[in-house]
Amino acid sequence: MFPASFQYHRAASVKDALGMLQQFGDDAKLLSGGHSLLPMMKLRLAQPTHLVDIAGVAELSGVREEGGKIVIGGATIHDNVASNQIVRNKLGLLAEVASAIGDIQVRNRGTIGGSLAHSDPAADYPAGVLALEGEIKLESSSGSRVVKAQDFFVDLLTTAIKPGEILTGVSFTPHPARTGFAYLKHRQPASGFAIVGIAAMVTLDAKGNCERVRVGVTGLGAKAFRPAAVESALAGKKPDTGAIGTAAAHAADGIDPLSDIHASADFRSELARVYTRRAIQQAIARIKT
Amino acid sequence: MRVTVTINGQRRSDEIEDRLLLVHYLREVAQLTGTHVGCETSLCGACTVLINGKAVKSCTVLAAQAEGVEITTVEGLVKDGHLHPVQEGFWEEHGLQCGFCTPGMLMLTTDLLSRNPDPSEAEIRHALDGNLCRCTGYQHIINAVQYAARKMRETRKSA
Repeated sequence: MFPASFQYHRAASVKDALGMLQQFGDDAKLLSGGHSLLPMMKLRLAQPTHLVDIAGVAELSGVREEGGKIVIGGATIHDNVASNQIVRNKLGLLAEVASAIGDIQVRNRGTIGGSLAHSDPAADYPAGVLALEGEIKLESSSGSRVVKAQDFFVDLLTTAIKPGEILTGVSFTPHPARTGFAYLKHRQPASGFAIVGIAAMVTLDAKGNCERVRVGVTGLGAKAFRPAAVESALAGKKPDTGAIGTAAAHAADGIDPLSDIHASADFRSELARVYTRRAIQQAIARIKT
Repeated sequence: MRVTVTINGQRRSDEIEDRLLLVHYLREVAQLTGTHVGCETSLCGACTVLINGKAVKSCTVLAAQAEGVEITTVEGLVKDGHLHPVQEGFWEEHGLQCGFCTPGMLMLTTDLLSRNPDPSEAEIRHALDGNLCRCTGYQHIINAVQYAARKMRETRKSA
């Protein structure tokens, strides 16, 4: 099983890659780890005639702290996010999500930028990036812009990235004090993709009430999303078992659930509710007071 | 296009088609058929090789993407005619029946033990997540990994 013919180009810098995107237009695709794109190309679901490889662009890879934010380069592989000390200490939810992706081999190749840009409805990263309210940086030859995670995922395999733009990085605010997190997923046993995956982050105020609850859901609908009704139901409340259960019951509200051989729409919705409850409970249990 | 790589310590350079997958480059161009083609969809792990020491599924990597890297295949594990401790573990503990998944299992285990020289059974099972075996039921593979880990720790201690 091999992809249709294309011309391979190795970009030396972001500028170089942007130039090639402009030159080849709609016939070009960016290649980084290739773990979303190459499978699509083998199945002829994607048939670009030019591949621009940005995996070797040094400025796109790695984790850095910048003005109180943590910035992850778009071409940073999952394993380097999962094992990075800054991420583990200050952005534990992202490390937990990264280490839950696929298997070792996938985590050694796949990149955060590739996963977000592909926007697979069952990918893990989108749930984490939504719960963390990450900001996605997009660069083009005419400048750069920042898109909030909330506005980034548009539909099935569709994001806010415009033609000619490169996802160069994602920035995050480190976890505040009195914050706990959890990423729980029901995985498809062969691929490791999420049938449903829930990323939860809870910050308590000094009295032990919910100051901020953020939840990201993947696997349930055509795109990852934040269940607003779950978050608002807990705002300002004491997070006891009853309140968490009531809030989590809204996890699938207003969503048209996916249905396939792995899980029916009803089962997926039930998984979303149950895993949301468990993820919030686990997040709270992990808060160090 | 031209690709230059180091495979099992030997540098080589070949003219290839842009779309050639690494697994086919290894098997058909470099004539190293120890790396197996399994599912071709990055699920089964039979094609696992090391790129700069990290396990990857070579059916989902273009040969072009391997420019300048060091690749280790199952053929590169033997040193001076002696089985690598990971190979010895699979031999001693019967970590295989038909052997189809074995090259991938060996390479994944090599990556695992370089990160974690003393993995628990749970850690081994988690690490083997991306490698499928239809024969063994996995238990003997777990035993083989534990054997290899023990042997490598002992060798390090006595060195």
